[in-house]
Amino acid sequence: MVSGLKVGLLVALASIGLSLIFGVTGLVNFAHSEMVAFGAVIALLLESTVGLNGALFPLAVVLAVLAGGGLGFGLERGIFGPLRRRKMTNISLMVVSIGLAFLMRYLILIYHGAEPETFESFRIQSGVSLGPIELPAKDYFIIGIAFTTLLMVGLLLQRTKLGTSMRAVSDNPALAESSGIDVNRTIMWVWILGSALASLGGTMIGLTQVVEWQMGEKILLLIFAAVTLGGLGTAFGAMVGGLAIGFASETSTFWLDNDLKFLIALAVMIVILLVRPRGILGVRERLG
Amino acid sequence: MTSDNQASEPVTIESTPGSPKQDPILKIDNVVRSFGGLRAVDIDHLEVQRGIITAFIGPNGAGKTTLFNLITGFDKPDSGKWTFHQLSNAESWTTDLSGLRPHQIANKGMVRTFQLTKSLAKMTVIDNMLLGAAEQKGESLRNALLPSRWQKQEKEILEKAEDLLERFKLSHMRDEYAATLSGGQRKLLEMARALMSEPKLILLDEPMAGVNPVLVESLLVHIENLRDEGVSVLFIEHDMDAIMGISDWIVVLAEGQVIAEGTPSDVSKNPAVIDAYLGSAIAEELKDV
Amino acid sequence: MLMNLFAEIDVSKLFGLALRTSISVQAATFALAAVGLNLHYGYTGLLNFGVVAFMAAGAYGMAIFFTQGWLGGSILLAIASGVVFAVVIALSIGLPSLRLRADYLALTTIAIAEVLRISFRSQRLLDFTGGPFGLPSIEDRNANVSFADVITVDWNPIKEGNYGAWFLEFDEKTLWVMIIGWSLVSLASLLIWGLMRSPWGRVIKAIREDEDAARALGKNVFSYKLQSLIIGGVIASFAGIVRAFDMGFVETQQFRPQTTFFIWTVLILGGAASIWGPIIGSMTFWFVIIFSEELLRQMVDSGWIPDAILQSNDIASVRMILMGIMLATLMIWRPQGLVGKKEEAQIDIR
Repeated sequence: MVSGLKVGLLVALASIGLSLIFGVTGLVNFAHSEMVAFGAVIALLLESTVGLNGALFPLAVVLAVLAGGGLGFGLERGIFGPLRRRKMTNISLMVVSIGLAFLMRYLILIYHGAEPETFESFRIQSGVSLGPIELPAKDYFIIGIAFTTLLMVGLLLQRTKLGTSMRAVSDNPALAESSGIDVNRTIMWVWILGSALASLGGTMIGLTQVVEWQMGEKILLLIFAAVTLGGLGTAFGAMVGGLAIGFASETSTFWLDNDLKFLIALAVMIVILLVRPRGILGVRERLG
Repeated sequence: MTSDNQASEPVTIESTPGSPKQDPILKIDNVVRSFGGLRAVDIDHLEVQRGIITAFIGPNGAGKTTLFNLITGFDKPDSGKWTFHQLSNAESWTTDLSGLRPHQIANKGMVRTFQLTKSLAKMTVIDNMLLGAAEQKGESLRNALLPSRWQKQEKEILEKAEDLLERFKLSHMRDEYAATLSGGQRKLLEMARALMSEPKLILLDEPMAGVNPVLVESLLVHIENLRDEGVSVLFIEHDMDAIMGISDWIVVLAEGQVIAEGTPSDVSKNPAVIDAYLGSAIAEELKDV
Repeated sequence: MLMNLFAEIDVSKLFGLALRTSISVQAATFALAAVGLNLHYGYTGLLNFGVVAFMAAGAYGMAIFFTQGWLGGSILLAIASGVVFAVVIALSIGLPSLRLRADYLALTTIAIAEVLRISFRSQRLLDFTGGPFGLPSIEDRNANVSFADVITVDWNPIKEGNYGAWFLEFDEKTLWVMIIGWSLVSLASLLIWGLMRSPWGRVIKAIREDEDAARALGKNVFSYKLQSLIIGGVIASFAGIVRAFDMGFVETQQFRPQTTFFIWTVLILGGAASIWGPIIGSMTFWFVIIFSEELLRQMVDSGWIPDAILQSNDIASVRMILMGIMLATLMIWRPQGLVGKKEEAQIDIR
């Protein structure tokens, strides 16, 4: 059950960015899951090559998150922003993002290699008991970080000016623009924030499992399922959806074959898309 | 500019909301559509007379386009019923349209255009026209690969399309992509395309919006010609000069309800109409008529 | 230095291998799948991201029928059952989801394709699909007849021997499957050509442009979309079937989502909404991929590219990277591909 919670939190972390970016630009970004892998690989690189291990490991995580944010900035500044201004449709941009996903995934393969690796810093750990639950110490760390981050993102969206702009642009870009919000700047911050969160999610997933080049491919449909379940474009929906999907696919192994655990997520996604495409938290599109 | 066609002049009809018509082509009963708590459309009873030009007017948000969407099947009402009467006073030619899907309604002979023109941009003007024709044999998969089964009909449709293009002064654009047309030309194309199916009733959603004044004149003439050829016309418009000029009958909507109907001169004197428009620029225009 | 490089490169092999692949069975299967996708996406505007579902349905439907030895293990019936399976998939994708927005349809189709693939891999279907191992030799378990043997030996009209020369030399089996593959490509293209010049095709294109306009003109949009999904799906299922002839086995790795995106790249490279697009696209795609792979391999082997940058076992990934770059850049700079019409290429499906 706790592992379900953990996976749920991590999927939520990785999903928010996709949902936010869809909210403000309408783009279904297939390269988002590669940013998850990117974060994990960067953190691993910093740990093993630069030597940020042991007590310095949190610094590696922070740098990986910053690198993720930087990648988001680069993608928006270098590719998606200009293309959007060229009036390319979101469908074309979606295809571009698919191309980009393959480019990133296989560059990671070439430079990271095909072998899965684990972080050195947390490799072997004895369990720590907290009440009836016994977990490795790193799991407390992961759950704590993920939970705090989600809380902070929630506060950011609700309480800060930037968060309000993000929600406003997501709701109605034209109206936001006319009420004095710098739409392009907001979109930029969404990319930075979303990619940074994906990176963080990636390093945490790397900590619980392994770091490998196929991480992105493996988590992609899980993220899509989470985001559609919660409602495309709503950050809180992505959190709820992520928790639900992570939890469902982890706990489904009690009654379903292990090799079928993805099916739950996919089935949920298909049913939601067919029955209630706006998701459980999404609002119905207004009719003209 | 009203027609002198005696048969279609509804002089004897009472100017009260929901009044019965001599020869209705469309009857609407208890049609309700709400968004959230708001009742966008709430029509008790409305009849549209055959063979004349009827205009829907009303302030923004009066529910005109929503009503169009409902009766053409593009939106679903919460409740209500509407019937289409293909022939005068013939019970067997009456069709219940409620619950039908858009293409089924169109195939009954009630064809619409859209406020934002839907010209098929990456198809040629002539292909746009040919698409409009109804009951094409070659449109079924069974016949598609056997040109012998549809070529003859295709030829007839082509001739009809070229005639219409000629009438609408679009012949020179015949083989251009529709995307290259001007806004006004697209409106013309959409109307001409709708006529390809020889509809009994044509519904035009703001046919003059965004069209330059020169083209507006010719559009008006086209609409009047339609009426004179026996097609019933129902249109939504904001341009008061145009409405007063060519409509035979005006239905005024406000907040989803029919608040008045009558001939242009009756409607422009109706206090309820003036009320609904009070403060708006249209009220000023109404007084001038 | 530059002269040195040219001395190291085997130009004949470079072009030979690239040409060989561009007319191979593999290129034919990709072209065939792209013809199906072209009807979906190029003409009807359906964002089908589950092309592999149809290919897998064809291949597995045929292979399961044959290996189980149902109805006396008839090959033609086995092929027919692959096609029927593809139709079932088309109906089960189409009936519920064709009313969805374009991007939702994309997500739904990719998810359905994955559901199908994961199900085929499942231990529970081991007896039918071979689970993760696939069906390594498609063999009638009662009669011990191999599927590939019947197609390439018993039914092969070509006399044993090698034909052609240089890198374009093929044995009678390969040649026969190539002929089958490219004949099917021609047939399918002819079918699409015939359909698209008919009034049926006009309605299909109108749906791509604006569904509501087509509805307002009395066309049953849903029914046309379903017809398009089925016809395109059946064509793609033949791609899966021919691939099984060629490889002699089926397994789920062949039907990962990346195969769908290979086919998308092929279609966009050649030019969507054009008859020649899928064919030109597939041949060019394989030429470019094999050419660059072979060039890199020779450069790495000769030490021209240091190991620190690229090692020879990384070269297979270059294929995927090239695919990614092609897909993204074509979409941006040349959405009409090599032979498509520019005016018809801008996608604005809502």
